[in-house]
Amino acid sequence: MSRLLSYIKEDSPLHRLNGATKLVIFLLWSFTGMITFDARALIVMLLTGIIIFRVSRIPFREVSFVLAFISAFLLLNFITIYLFSPEEGVRIYGTRHLLFSFSQHYTVTAEQLFYELTVIMKYYTVVPVALLFVLTTDPSEFAASLNRLHVSYKVSYAVALALRYIPDIQTDFVNISHAQQARGIDMSRKAKPWTRLGNMLSILMPLIFTSLDRITVISNAMELRNFGKKKKRTWYSDRPFGRNDAAALIMAVLLSCAVLVFTFYDGTRYFNPFG
Amino acid sequence: MKKAAVCFKNFSFRYNSQVEPTLHDISLTIYQGEKILVIGPSGSGKSTFGSCINGLVPFSYKGEISGSLEIMGQDASKLGIFGLSQYVGTVLQDSDSQFIGLTVGEDIAFSLENECVENSIMKERVLSSAAMVDMDKFLTSNPHELSGGQKQRVSLAGVMVDDVDILLFDEPLANLDPATGKYAIELIDELQKQSGKTVIIIEHRMEDALHRGADRVILFDEGYVAADMPPSELLASGILEEYGIRDPLFISALRKAGCSIDAADNLQNIETLHLESYKEKLLAWATQADKEHSRSDAGTLLEVKGLEFRYQTGMRAIKDVTLEVKRGEMLAVVGKNGAGKSTLSKLICGMEKPDSGRIVFEGTDITGDTIRERSLRIGFAMQNPNHMISKTMIFDEVALGLKARKTPEEEIKERVGKTLRICGLHPFRNWPVAALSYGQKKRVTIASILVLEPRMLILDEPTAGQDYRHYTEIMEFLKKLNRENGITIMMITHDMHLALEYTDRAIVMADGFKIADSTTAAIFSDEKVIAAANLKKTSLYDLAVRLGLSPEKVINRFIEAEKGGGCI
Repeated sequence: MSRLLSYIKEDSPLHRLNGATKLVIFLLWSFTGMITFDARALIVMLLTGIIIFRVSRIPFREVSFVLAFISAFLLLNFITIYLFSPEEGVRIYGTRHLLFSFSQHYTVTAEQLFYELTVIMKYYTVVPVALLFVLTTDPSEFAASLNRLHVSYKVSYAVALALRYIPDIQTDFVNISHAQQARGIDMSRKAKPWTRLGNMLSILMPLIFTSLDRITVISNAMELRNFGKKKKRTWYSDRPFGRNDAAALIMAVLLSCAVLVFTFYDGTRYFNPFG
Repeated sequence: MKKAAVCFKNFSFRYNSQVEPTLHDISLTIYQGEKILVIGPSGSGKSTFGSCINGLVPFSYKGEISGSLEIMGQDASKLGIFGLSQYVGTVLQDSDSQFIGLTVGEDIAFSLENECVENSIMKERVLSSAAMVDMDKFLTSNPHELSGGQKQRVSLAGVMVDDVDILLFDEPLANLDPATGKYAIELIDELQKQSGKTVIIIEHRMEDALHRGADRVILFDEGYVAADMPPSELLASGILEEYGIRDPLFISALRKAGCSIDAADNLQNIETLHLESYKEKLLAWATQADKEHSRSDAGTLLEVKGLEFRYQTGMRAIKDVTLEVKRGEMLAVVGKNGAGKSTLSKLICGMEKPDSGRIVFEGTDITGDTIRERSLRIGFAMQNPNHMISKTMIFDEVALGLKARKTPEEEIKERVGKTLRICGLHPFRNWPVAALSYGQKKRVTIASILVLEPRMLILDEPTAGQDYRHYTEIMEFLKKLNRENGITIMMITHDMHLALEYTDRAIVMADGFKIADSTTAAIFSDEKVIAAANLKKTSLYDLAVRLGLSPEKVINRFIEAEKGGGCI
């Protein structure tokens, strides 16, 4: 298994953006994607997201596992929404185009399908951008950017370190899991899900211990080199806020405004193709 | 008049979490420009001593102090950890886990960043600091991707950037392969000669640490200073092994040959030793006839044939490796970091799948078996026991593997009991794991593997970071398992002493190839193999050369004397 979700060094327009810019754009993007239920706007955002992804030069295989995982989760989500609320679409759009029915209660309507697809699309607009943010932002530079946004540098550094240690913790996890399997604890698909969950817990304790060891070492090393001495600190890898950043921010704000105006133009969050 | 750099007066310290003081009534002075080696077994207080100098004690690890400590003429208790860092630069053990920056430049800059040094000035100072250790061409590299020696340089530059007066090294040799360790000691020595700074090295591997000598050695034991004298005197006194510190190999050889050792003979390392007065006895000892080697041909347990493995990135990690392990053998796999030792053991245990090649165990092809299936034949122990233990009680921990296999309760009880007895843990069976020492924990993890009754054990660095006492405890236990229970043992190790003392055969890996496979003595006498595997010549090798004998002969003689206790 390759390392999931950690910074990948590349030289793309996206990598060259300031970390703070990327953070603001990411937050804006998520906010917009979560608010709108307009399928047309979501399609535009989804396509834009895919284009940005291409621009970032991150190979698809780096995210394929995470996307597959999320897709499985969304499928589950799709089914659960239907099970608990099969008439949601009808309630929202106010019409009923019956396609077929499983039973008296569980009918399948075009409205319901459309509603659920819209929900899934929302996730797919936000998730790739979230992934991109993590994959294209150098953790130290990210810390510098947070600090620039007036977040305390200690908090900024803590966040950056957390991001940094994701790959190390993954490696530890794999090693510990191997060692446990070598003692006969089954973590393969052959074991029952319930046993497997219990077995996963047997990795957790050693993993927590290794991580605590790491934390002690690094915090001592940091303190011995003056971390926390002054109220402020400077940043070696500070990237100046450039023209590209301004341009990217303006584009993001414009897109977000356009989406929101378009969505609420008719007074509702939903786009209704049935009326 | 020499000026004091560090001055302890009737200094005692007790951690808040402990009942007894860790340091008792320490009074000693280290002068500016001196090079001091601080030694002692684990728990002797030597690390706490170091922490007092850099301020981790009492400012991070709280506790109660009595007496006084002055650093560069100032009261340490008033300076605080940040005040002390102006005078003392600390290089912690394991440079890997203490790199903070993502690039070399950023890491060197860390302390300047915290001092709020302006970006342009910072870049200049980082560059000059990096140039001092010849790393100025690597400022944008990722520190984790450097070689072991380069990592040491970066850590050094990171503390030198502050222009401190005292350099403190906390176990700089732990986790380094022998050649890199030797290089690190040379680097520290050169730096000290150039800059005239005070250097304090805390280490328990005395022979390696003395490779370039020291002005004084301070020996700690149970929180007291047990000795504070020039290295030659300490070595001649012969008290080291009492305190759980290993004598240098060549000194052991002198003793085995029945020489009476004189401190005036420059004992601190083999290059400076005055050999003349010992020559006669040494020659007599070394040229004794070897005992007949009864190399029993016990038959093959494990066969690896033409193994190939590539990482996902396509890089070849294991290249056409073929090897054989005999039943009842105890052997070592050596080689530098990244040579493929760990990958090889992972392939054997089934944690990675080979691209081609076969693994045959007692005539059965196990190449397609899962980790779990292989665990009945081959057990694997990670380096750090804390990374394996997942239950709070010893019995449960050892029973875990059997429970997972749904073994009947009665049988579990019986097998766990038996294994605990073999491992000498039976009296502790109802204890919590947390109450055990490191060495005992190691035994628990080994017990939890043995309970599955594998025929072979693979151990990754079984004694890493352990002092001589724990080292002996762990290794004697493994030896007993090997001799009395017939378990075949394969160890991945950097420790040349371990390989010399406890293994008959060594396999050497370099760049994914198996480059040598022979008796341990032959391997350690082969200069080409030594260089390729980042090993170093042992002092026995140099001793042999100085005596005009074949290194293999002397090493063999030494091993025999060790094993048989065969002193004259």
